[in-house]
Amino acid sequence: MNEAVVQVEHLRKEFNGTVAVADVSFNVRHGEIVGVLGPNGAGKTTTIQVLLRLTTPTSGAVRVFGKDLERHRCEILQRCNFCSAYTALPANLRVRENLRVTGGLYGVKDLPGKMDRLLELFEITHLKNKVTGQLSSGESTRVNLCKSLLNDPELLMLDEPTASLDPNIADKVRKLLRRIQREQGITMIYTSHNMRDVEEVCDRVLFLHKGGIIAEGTPQAVIAQFNHKTLEEVFISVARSGDLLAEATE
Amino acid sequence: MRWHRIQALVLRYTYLYTRSVPRVTEILFWPLMDLLVWGYVSVYLHRVGGVSGAANAFMFLLGAMIFWDILYRAQQGVTLSFLEDVWSRNLLNVFVAPVRVSEFVLTTFIVGFFRIAVTIGVLAGLAYALYSFNIFSLGMSLVPFFANLLLMGWALGMVTTSLIMRWGQGAEALAWGVPFLIQPVAAVFYPLDVLPGWLQPVALSIPATHVFEGMRQVLRGEGVSAASLAAAFALNAVYLVAAALFFRYMFTVARRKGLLAKLGTQ
Ligand SMILES: Nc1ncnc2c1ncn2[C@@H]1O[C@H](COP(=O)(O)OP(=O)(O)OP(=O)(O)O)[C@@H](O)[C@H]1O
Ligand SMILES: [Mg+2]
Repeated sequence: MNEAVVQVEHLRKEFNGTVAVADVSFNVRHGEIVGVLGPNGAGKTTTIQVLLRLTTPTSGAVRVFGKDLERHRCEILQRCNFCSAYTALPANLRVRENLRVTGGLYGVKDLPGKMDRLLELFEITHLKNKVTGQLSSGESTRVNLCKSLLNDPELLMLDEPTASLDPNIADKVRKLLRRIQREQGITMIYTSHNMRDVEEVCDRVLFLHKGGIIAEGTPQAVIAQFNHKTLEEVFISVARSGDLLAEATE
Repeated sequence: MRWHRIQALVLRYTYLYTRSVPRVTEILFWPLMDLLVWGYVSVYLHRVGGVSGAANAFMFLLGAMIFWDILYRAQQGVTLSFLEDVWSRNLLNVFVAPVRVSEFVLTTFIVGFFRIAVTIGVLAGLAYALYSFNIFSLGMSLVPFFANLLLMGWALGMVTTSLIMRWGQGAEALAWGVPFLIQPVAAVFYPLDVLPGWLQPVALSIPATHVFEGMRQVLRGEGVSAASLAAAFALNAVYLVAAALFFRYMFTVARRKGLLAKLGTQ
């Protein structure tokens, strides 16, 4: 299956004169994991927020599942989900209560069964009755991931999901995400500052700098394109000479 | 609108309120304090006045205090529900879900309704126990009065929420401040004709004014004024529509300026 799940055409987003995203066009195919990388302030989070319609674009078109996002927001969001290190579930609710509420919002069928399976998958069954606010940041990240898979999303947007995980859990989460993608064919858009994450998880990367895409392709292709050995080296060299590159690609 | 989403949001607030001791006490604490202060002020007035009018003043003050609290709690129900999501960094989880803005607002209305139900229960019970003041002696006319206070509370709640959405957590104090901006003109604790002539038309444009005037009329034994009630309902209809439009407009602005995301992650 190769149809585009996400189609972004000439997306531009300005905030009071600050250009967060200058002119970005890309497609995400069904079942693909696309990594969005770039230095701080490159426009990654803004792009994801536009895709979730938390923010409206200044110009450009966004289609998800072949439908116009503006006109079919609810229908599209029903089939998507989102997880970020910067959001939280209400702190004084228990984990299972938070998941129950999320399940209700999406109208999930067989909610108790699904909750149990996801908690088990992320190895946090023992946290089920804990108060969410008492979890460590890595534990709550995993709860957030459970939340984001509860409605069997076809498109999952992850904004730095592994930011607070220890290397062991981060490794497990990466493998889990790959497995979920393989087994359920979920399409994912993934931002991370951890190049290891990106190399291991993503089929394709979009390299954003100052609101524009300056490189695109499989992690290996991007590494080769810049004559480097790792994505981390590419990142650093691009971030430092990004202005020149951005000019060159204009 | 989908009922399962509203149900899920209401469930969340139910958890939120029942899990938190400060939230439960807050619902009980302030009404109790108000009642004690205003109740004893009334008792004192009754004593120093000693004239026939003072008995009325006693009822007027207590009645006004209870009615005011209902308006205030209804507004708080709406605004604090929104703020709860901001404080817990949960706002994005709500709005990345397929929740319509109207469903979110309706949920806050329901929360407002339950808050006033609790407030009425607590205040009516305490007023009776402490001062033998039975608010239910106002009879069935209470229902339309309460309904109007609830409606106005919802409208005010939408306006304050919109302002907080637009100006962020710095504007949070508005949640508690806005109702008090109208208190002096809404003829809460004194009759309309105490206000200077030029201010009276302003007062009459506020739905609550008609409720407070109507309440005093009933307490004086003059019966329910259909005109007061009609005026209150009509004004509330206008204010609710205006507040809803304002909310929708501010929500659009918030989306354009990326404020939802900012409010939801800071
Ligand atoms: N609501 C907003 N109002 C004004 N400017 C904003 C807003 N949101 C983002 N920006 C600006 O847009 C630019 C892109 O921000 P964005 O959050 O998309 O970057 P990012 O690529 O996610 O960065 P990071 O790696 O730090 O998370 C930044 O310069 C930021 O200051
Ligand atoms: Mg970001």
